Amino acid sequence: MNKIETKNLNLYYGTFHALKGITMSVKANTVTALIGPSGCGKSTYLRLFNRMNDLIPGVKIEGDVLLDEKDIYNNKGMRIDELRKKVGMVFQKPNPFPKSIFENVAYGLRVNGMNHASFVEERVETSLKQAALWDEVKDKLKKSAFALSGGQQQRLCIARALAIEPSVLLMDEPASALDPISTAKIEDLIYELKNKYTIIIVTHNMQQAGRVSDKTAFFYLGDLIEYNDTNIIFTNPTDPNTQSYVTGRFG
Amino acid sequence: MSKNLKEKIAFWIFRILSLGVLLILFWILEFIFVRGWHMLSWDFLTKMPEDGMTKGGIYPAIIGTLYLVAGSMIVAFPLGVMAGIYIHEYTLDSFFKRFIKLMTNNLAGIPSIVFGLFGMALFVNTMKFGDSIIAGSLTLGLLALPVVIRVTEEALIAIDDSFRHGSYALGATKLQTVRKVILPMAMPNIITGLILSIGRVSGETAPILFTVAAYFLPKLPTSLFDQVMALPYHLYVISTSGTKVAESRDMAYGTALVLVLFVLILNLLANALRKYLGNKVKMN
Repeated sequence: MNKIETKNLNLYYGTFHALKGITMSVKANTVTALIGPSGCGKSTYLRLFNRMNDLIPGVKIEGDVLLDEKDIYNNKGMRIDELRKKVGMVFQKPNPFPKSIFENVAYGLRVNGMNHASFVEERVETSLKQAALWDEVKDKLKKSAFALSGGQQQRLCIARALAIEPSVLLMDEPASALDPISTAKIEDLIYELKNKYTIIIVTHNMQQAGRVSDKTAFFYLGDLIEYNDTNIIFTNPTDPNTQSYVTGRFG
Repeated sequence: MSKNLKEKIAFWIFRILSLGVLLILFWILEFIFVRGWHMLSWDFLTKMPEDGMTKGGIYPAIIGTLYLVAGSMIVAFPLGVMAGIYIHEYTLDSFFKRFIKLMTNNLAGIPSIVFGLFGMALFVNTMKFGDSIIAGSLTLGLLALPVVIRVTEEALIAIDDSFRHGSYALGATKLQTVRKVILPMAMPNIITGLILSIGRVSGETAPILFTVAAYFLPKLPTSLFDQVMALPYHLYVISTSGTKVAESRDMAYGTALVLVLFVLILNLLANALRKYLGNKVKMN
């Protein structure tokens, strides 16, 4: 069974054809890397799955986007907040809220009506442990999230996304604003989280794609050029464009 | 002429002009302080005017201005903040949005005497509030409204979209996002703008002229439908249209000094409050 699937998916920003007939599927508990040069549509593709593209005026979407084999766009029974509870997202730049560390993680619970104190406390602790941040912050949960380092803030954002127990985690270049040590921590984390979540990650870093992902999809000018096991994409790609990109000849 | 010389000349022109602005400000302050300082006393602030407003204090005018400031903010703050939120958070870039913004700017450009006439026609006569605190507050509130809307909008624009997206991505609605993330972040700037507009409102004479201000009242107001004296109008009265203009000269400078100090203190307060709220938002 496919966790996530798109069938003949076209997306337009006004008249600009940003995604061209993408058909692709992702299995549960895998890590899929989306790679390609800037403007190729990989971030746009990622944002389909929690409907973040809806926020941009003039976007038109044709085709099917399925989560657990149910359409998420043309589906009256699928409310957008319910969808976003199932599909969490981590952004490129760490974006903690101007609240305490505790309240940052609790935010998703509270806005979704889960307010019971002991439940919230337990969930916050579990999420911070999952995000490998608990030991560093357990004595300062009431402190501002802005006091954390960039790498810690990004793990806080991951904990925040995990707190509402999504089944899919979307990551849009989650380590591109971080130093190498923080990046390594995030990558270790992705490897750990694979056991419980289906992860899709956009990255510009080829080594990172190679290290963390099971499958890799190469996008170019709105087309899905090639989609295969990561080791095949990196060692023996079919398409010459893929070959050029992963070996660093363009992009 | 060399690049470096040009740079030096430009720098000095900018510096001299900036100092010029400061100089004018200090000149005005010095003018008021020197002539008004000796009037400042506890009695001046807390006593009623005496002897045809040539002696005594300006207590009723101070109280009147405080009432009007409070009243106008009660009108302008909720309306203006909600309108600002609507414009920035709820409307897309459409004809309607541009129309609202254009009209808000037009509202800000209307002369204050026109607000005064409008207030008299609508609140005093049509709604039959009479010359009263409520009519004056509503009129001043309308005057402050475009400023509050603009300040709110600017404060919201300053907040990076990544905070909104982070909140939506967790399943929050627009209202939850505004209430729990965006508004607390914008509040320090909104409050600052609000206090600055209080400074503006407290100095206005024209809008209260036909709606609330009294030439002289022997007692303090007891209800929202009473008239009040107010600092700027009191100043106008005793320095131009009283019967003993020359004798009340000192009173006039004293009143001017109180008004200037009032606005000055509000501005300092605005700064302190912005710092305090800015820190508080980060902490909780």
